[in-house]
Amino acid sequence: MNPADFEFISSLILSRSGLVLTPDKSYLLESRLMPVARKHGLKDLDDLINTVRSRKDEALIVEVTEAMTTNESFFFRDTKPFDLLRDEVLPPVLEKRASQKRLRIWCAAASSGQEPYSIAIVLKELGAKLAGWKIEIVGTDISHDILKKAAKAQYSQFEVQRGMPIQLLLKYFDKVDENWVVKPEIQNMVQFKYWNLLEDPKPLGNFDIVFCRNVLIYFDAKTKGTVLDSISKLMPDDGMLFLGGAETVLGVTEKFKPVPGQRGVYARV
Amino acid sequence: MVARKILQELEFETSEAADGQLALDACNASMPDAVLLDWNMPVMDGITFLRELRKAPGGDKPIVIFCTTENDLDHIQEAMNVGANEYIMKPFDSDIIQAKFQQVGLL
Repeated sequence: MNPADFEFISSLILSRSGLVLTPDKSYLLESRLMPVARKHGLKDLDDLINTVRSRKDEALIVEVTEAMTTNESFFFRDTKPFDLLRDEVLPPVLEKRASQKRLRIWCAAASSGQEPYSIAIVLKELGAKLAGWKIEIVGTDISHDILKKAAKAQYSQFEVQRGMPIQLLLKYFDKVDENWVVKPEIQNMVQFKYWNLLEDPKPLGNFDIVFCRNVLIYFDAKTKGTVLDSISKLMPDDGMLFLGGAETVLGVTEKFKPVPGQRGVYARV
Repeated sequence: MVARKILQELEFETSEAADGQLALDACNASMPDAVLLDWNMPVMDGITFLRELRKAPGGDKPIVIFCTTENDLDHIQEAMNVGANEYIMKPFDSDIIQAKFQQVGLL
């Protein structure tokens, strides 16, 4: 790919999704965008880029952007954040909201749904403590295709085994042929919406807890700051934020501070 | 065996038994920290092995993870009732072994 084409396509993806593509990641363009090119009957990547450039076809641009997003997801990914949610984060949050009995959680990069369903299972396991509560878990993503998969709540044997403990699999999934489907009691706790993190998330409403894990790593420093500042505006003073293990708020925003002893958990300032 | 290779890459010390009875004899001689167990084994099948293991002195200690092609709900439920700690449905990959070992606190 010539430098001008790389500059064009990486700038387009940056402006649409915040994803930063450096020249050393040009192989990613090849592997992710060739299926899009083939689907549209275009012979190679150059042909696809020229088509995007000349046609300015919005649907094709969205398709290209979605193809570049990373949709790796596991149930209970990294385990520890979900233990911290159950043992450290939820108890004080629930205590403070005991009178209104309302809790809203946002998974800002929900991908194929494993994270929001894992959170729903953590909450369901609290049982009687949450009787009568109105719980809303909102999972958003920039990819329409991946959101369709998330809403379908159907996972392969490989997918469920990457993180779902067997006892919880038996309890909260139905086996349908070779796949595993999340039971309605868990599905009903989660709703999925298309959302681009570069946009002001105000229309999504307020959230007590936000999971924004393993997405900021793809953004440049300025975008990270903008996204985190926007998230902070949706949260009450005691709101809590979860980031991925390789992410931090330090040097990025002053709206959150790390919670000592709780790796990956940040308190609203 | 694929599982052994994955476990060795994760720096576990491993040993193998050719059938269920030999596996039980080996455990009785020296209890391991964990057992990765197939359902279908010669001489003594996996579920019988697990019942016998859990009755043996110190046999409540090892973490037992089934790793088998018996993927239906009845088999999984029976294994858990008899005292398995986790269950890996074949086919699997190294991510799955790692995830399961993390869940039971071995990693």
